[in-house]
Amino acid sequence: MRHLMSPLDFTTEELDSLMDLAEDIEKNPKKYAHACEGKKLATLFYEPSTRTRLSHEAAMLNLGGSILGFSSADSSSAAKGESVSDTIRTVSCYADICAMRHPKEGAPMVAVRHAGIPVINAGDGGHQHPTQTLTDLLTIRQLKGHLDNMVIGLCGDLKFGRTVHSLIHALVRYPGISFILISPEELRLPGYIRSDVLDQLGIPYKEVVRLEDALPSLDLLYMTRVQKERFFNEEDYVRMKDFYILDARKMELAPKDMYVLHPLPRVNEIAVEVDDDPRAAYFRQVQYGVYIRMALILTLLEIKV
Amino acid sequence: MVRSTLNVSSISEGFVLDHIQAGKSMEIYRQLNLDELDCCVAIIKNAESGKMGKKDIIKIECPIDRIDLNVLGFIDHNITVNIIKDEKIVEKMSLQLPKEIKNVVTCKNPRCITSIEQGLDQVFVLTDPAKEVYRCKYCEEKY
Repeated sequence: MRHLMSPLDFTTEELDSLMDLAEDIEKNPKKYAHACEGKKLATLFYEPSTRTRLSHEAAMLNLGGSILGFSSADSSSAAKGESVSDTIRTVSCYADICAMRHPKEGAPMVAVRHAGIPVINAGDGGHQHPTQTLTDLLTIRQLKGHLDNMVIGLCGDLKFGRTVHSLIHALVRYPGISFILISPEELRLPGYIRSDVLDQLGIPYKEVVRLEDALPSLDLLYMTRVQKERFFNEEDYVRMKDFYILDARKMELAPKDMYVLHPLPRVNEIAVEVDDDPRAAYFRQVQYGVYIRMALILTLLEIKV
Repeated sequence: MVRSTLNVSSISEGFVLDHIQAGKSMEIYRQLNLDELDCCVAIIKNAESGKMGKKDIIKIECPIDRIDLNVLGFIDHNITVNIIKDEKIVEKMSLQLPKEIKNVVTCKNPRCITSIEQGLDQVFVLTDPAKEVYRCKYCEEKY
C-alpha cells in the first residue's frame, strides 16, 4: 500500500505520470466522474484549513466517491485525548483512504504505521505539505510547459514557509533550475536547506531583500504569506507581515510571461489589483490543486480508468 | 611519585569497552541498559592512557549475544570493543554509525508528534553519514 508523506515519495517519472493523469482529468472530467463510486475519503483535520480540506473533498466528490471526517481537533476524539494511532486504526474501518492535517510534525507518519488505508499528508505543522507541492508542480508545468530551465523567485517567509521548502526539494530534481530567494533577513531560507540542498547539489541561487531587484530576471514568482501561527512573538509578526506587497507597479518590472503563484490564503502580500493581470495564476493554481488530488486519490487507490 | 593501580580481574566471556572518553562511562552504562543486566560489570574511570591521557573502561561479563552494542557507534565510534571468549580477545569490533537509533535520544522539536503521542518510540535515522547527521524519523529535526 502506498501513502504520500513527502513530495519526494514519487520519482520524477512517477510525478510525470501523476501530472499526465491530472491533465487528462482536466480535459475529460466526465470520464472520471464515477471512478471512485462506493469509495470513501476521510478528512482528518486536527487544525483549521479551508482550501486543503475542501480541495480533497471536492476531488473525491468529482470522482463519484463520498467523504466523511472532522475539521478541527475539538470536534474529534483528540479532544478526549485519543492518540493519532488509535484514531487512524478506527478510521481505517470506515474509509478507503484518508487525508490528515495535524499541527504536530510527523503525525501522518505515525498514522501510516497503523493505517489499513492509504494516508495522504495534508500538512503537518511546519514540516511537509506534499499535495501543495504537487499542485505547484502541476501549475508550473501547465503554465510554462516544462519544469526545467527556469529562474524561480521565492518571496516572503522563506524561514517557516513549508511550501517553499518542499517546492525547493521538488524542483532541484529538474535540470537548469536556479532560485532568487527574496526575504527579509529575519525570514531567510534556513541554513540547512541552503547548505544541504542548494550548495550540495550546486544549484545556483542568490539572496536579495528587495523584490524589485529580482523581478526583471524571473520566469516565475512564488509569493508566500508571513504566517502568524508560526510566530511565538506577536511583535515580530506585526513587523514582518507587510514587508512585501506585490502591486501593479511592481508587476511592470516583470517579464511578460512571469507567472505569479501563491499557495493562498493571501493577506496583503499581493494587492487585489494584481488579480486582473493575466500573469496572476494563483486562482488557476487552486483549480489545478483539485485535479492533482483527483489523480493522487486514483493512484493511491490503484484505480485505473 | 606513587603510581596508583587498580586491578580488575579478567573475564571469561563478554566485552571490554576500551578507549572510552574519560567521564563518559556512566552515560554508556545507561545507554546500554547495563543496570538491567544480571551480570558482573566493572567500570574503570580515569585510567591512564598513552593515547588519550585519561580514559574510561567498561568490562562486562555476559554471553556475547546479550547486548546490542549498535548504539555505541552513535555515542562515540572511537571506542574499542574487545569481544572476549575463554579469557581471550577473539575479536576487535570496529564501530560504525548505526543507521537508526531507537529511544537513545529524544527529539527537541516542541512541534514534533513525539512530544504528545503516547507510547511512540523516539527514532532517529542517519541521513548524512559523512557529516554524521541524525534526524528524527517523524519531523526530520536534526539531532
